[in-house]
Amino acid sequence: MKISIERGALLKAVSQAQSVVERRNTIPILANVLIEAEGDKVQFRATDLDIEVVDKAPAQVERAGATTVAATTLHEIVRKLPDGALVTLTADNVAGRLTVEAGRSNFSLATLPKEDFPVMASSEYESNFSAPAAVLRRLFDKSKFAISTEETRYYLNGVYLHVADADGGKVLRCVATDGHRLARIDADLPEGAADMPGVIVPRKTVGELRKLLDDDDLAIAVSVSETKIRFATPDITLTSKVIDGTFPDYTRVIPQGNTRRLEVDASEFAQAVDRVATVSSERSRAVKMQLDEDRLILSVNAPDSGAAEEELAVAYGDERLEIGFNAKYLLEIASQVDRENAVFMFNSAGDPTLMREGNDQSAIYVVMPMRV
Amino acid sequence: MPDPLPTLCRDCLAMGETSTRRCPSCGSPRVLSHPELFDLSIAHMDCDAFYASVEKRDDPSLADKPVIIGGGRRGVVSTACYVARIRGVRSAMPMFKALHLCPDAVIIKPRMEAYVEASKAIRAMMEELTPAIQPLSLDEAFLDLGGTTRLHGAPPAFMLARLVKRMKDDLGLTGSIGLSHNKFLAKVASDLDKPRGFSVIGQAETARFLSDKPVSLIWGIGPAAQASLERAGIRTFDDLLRWDRQALVARFGASGDRLWHLARGQDKRRVSAHEPVKSISNETTFHEDTADPDLLDGHLWRMAEKVSDRAKARQLAGRVVTLKLKRADHSSLTRRIALRDATQMADTIYRTARALFDQVGNQGPYRLLGCGISELCAETEADKSADLLDPGAARRSNAERATDAIRRRFGADAILKGRALR
Repeated sequence: MKISIERGALLKAVSQAQSVVERRNTIPILANVLIEAEGDKVQFRATDLDIEVVDKAPAQVERAGATTVAATTLHEIVRKLPDGALVTLTADNVAGRLTVEAGRSNFSLATLPKEDFPVMASSEYESNFSAPAAVLRRLFDKSKFAISTEETRYYLNGVYLHVADADGGKVLRCVATDGHRLARIDADLPEGAADMPGVIVPRKTVGELRKLLDDDDLAIAVSVSETKIRFATPDITLTSKVIDGTFPDYTRVIPQGNTRRLEVDASEFAQAVDRVATVSSERSRAVKMQLDEDRLILSVNAPDSGAAEEELAVAYGDERLEIGFNAKYLLEIASQVDRENAVFMFNSAGDPTLMREGNDQSAIYVVMPMRV
Repeated sequence: MPDPLPTLCRDCLAMGETSTRRCPSCGSPRVLSHPELFDLSIAHMDCDAFYASVEKRDDPSLADKPVIIGGGRRGVVSTACYVARIRGVRSAMPMFKALHLCPDAVIIKPRMEAYVEASKAIRAMMEELTPAIQPLSLDEAFLDLGGTTRLHGAPPAFMLARLVKRMKDDLGLTGSIGLSHNKFLAKVASDLDKPRGFSVIGQAETARFLSDKPVSLIWGIGPAAQASLERAGIRTFDDLLRWDRQALVARFGASGDRLWHLARGQDKRRVSAHEPVKSISNETTFHEDTADPDLLDGHLWRMAEKVSDRAKARQLAGRVVTLKLKRADHSSLTRRIALRDATQMADTIYRTARALFDQVGNQGPYRLLGCGISELCAETEADKSADLLDPGAARRSNAERATDAIRRRFGADAILKGRALR
């Protein structure tokens, strides 16, 4: 194999591949990226056995062929090469070496045979549809903060992507929860997605997927089966196993009867929460919200380190209420609000609270209060 | 005329300055004499075969019989009286082995309440001597009597001899005293002359005393540490002295520095009443190895409940839950998990440990099961938020608090979970 490729195109392709590779690896081949050159394209493939990413880039292919080389080393080299450099990759499969040449730099890297590289079995997808990158980006960006890291409830370690019934008909929905807060984000159902099986997309996949979604106008081809999900752009294909488990019935968690309504400017609110929480050094900082007629007092009382209080003008017309929350959770849900005011719906100090942006039902958040 | 040598009679507590074989006042042979006897102030008091002594005191018919305290066929010896020890029975020995050595032994199940009560009485006596008491367990404690000579009008050695005499006279229990210039040596000393011992290790003799002693004398040097020291050619304190400080630290890390000091008989640790608790745990060895999930589940609940009880008693909670299992071949298995919210609730400890158990899968049969909490914090920082996905948790938590209240009023057995009976 011998190819020449522009450094920028090479860096983009290799960096996507190397981020999938697990840093701590016991199987040497899994640290490698598979490079395959044919026609006028070169293709980089990397996997951790759960996720596989294939990235294509245009290249001058002098001699077709394939090899595998350590992903992080190749990435580091390409990253350090000067911008605009033309990079030549030459594989010598007999010597087991890949030569990387650019200008006066010359590297020789150990390779492993391409036959050893595990290629994820292709499977039948039950559902194929296309969704704009911006839609997928919103679905996952607004829900991923609530993904659990708890190992014992592994089925919460991802975002539950499924088709659901909402007021206006069927929607494409993402739900994530860790038992303390929950995010439920809806989007218009893309054509052809109605039969999609519900799948739990693992946290790492959500992170990798994000890199495919920067371009608003790009259409992402999504394919879903019971065990796998695939996202593809013209250049990159990301295939991932989904979490083998049942996502809990989240619908009963979402409070229906909360009537006490608080409306507040989300960024003012977040800044105030952030300020008062400063005095507490506890791992889970509790912020107390005292609600009265159009007035919200945020306070933190940490016996060991100090106390803080801040008052905000808000819209609230119900009975007095005192309720406590983990400051971090409040900040995280408040930061999801970017267009309108944040609307909180409370019941009592012990019941889950609901938050949404204005009257927008397509993104709602539930957070469990904390004893203060 | 020889130099005056401080002496103290352990029976009549007469003090003198010339060494005699028998006390000039009462004729007792139990006379202590040591050049530094009235200067040393750090002591370790260790009761002699404590549980067994309490049993013998409460039932005089046991006096001359070998008595073993321990639970069940599959349990281990918790305490053996001195009669049983003569036959080779030791603490922590499996019960079947103990019975093999001493078939006529009287086995008594531990009566913790009686031991706790006796321990409290001893503690009260110790508190008359000094506020600097560091209990290590029910039956042993460090005492620092530094600076109390003027208060008591007598040197520490006198007060300690009086303490063990009062324990014998008033409580019918005996103990051994180690008196030295630091905790390490005091603990070593108390073990030199058991039972009813009183041993003194002075500054001047420290180096000579330690020289040929094995390093296993150091508290905390178990078989594993001993093996690793042995690989470095260290068996005795003399071997240890040959190492310089950097080399020990390089090889053994932070404990290397401690070893360097201990090799020189130096131990700067204070006798402190408030050693912070680092973890709370409980474990049980089964009568028979078991793989029965129901049985294991029952045990797990009971362990969780005990851990929770102790955490509640100390107003503590833990951020980490640990599960410990020991298989029939004694290989052990530990799993731990950090919680989002610290807890002291039996229900949460049980459910978390149960999830860990399910992760392990049933690799039984097991001979031991235990669970515990660590990374402790104050209870006010714990159990602050409920689980969205487990709406029953709040109800169970209220039930547990109510149960606790009932048990506080009517005793620990007043109300039990069904699964505790499995």
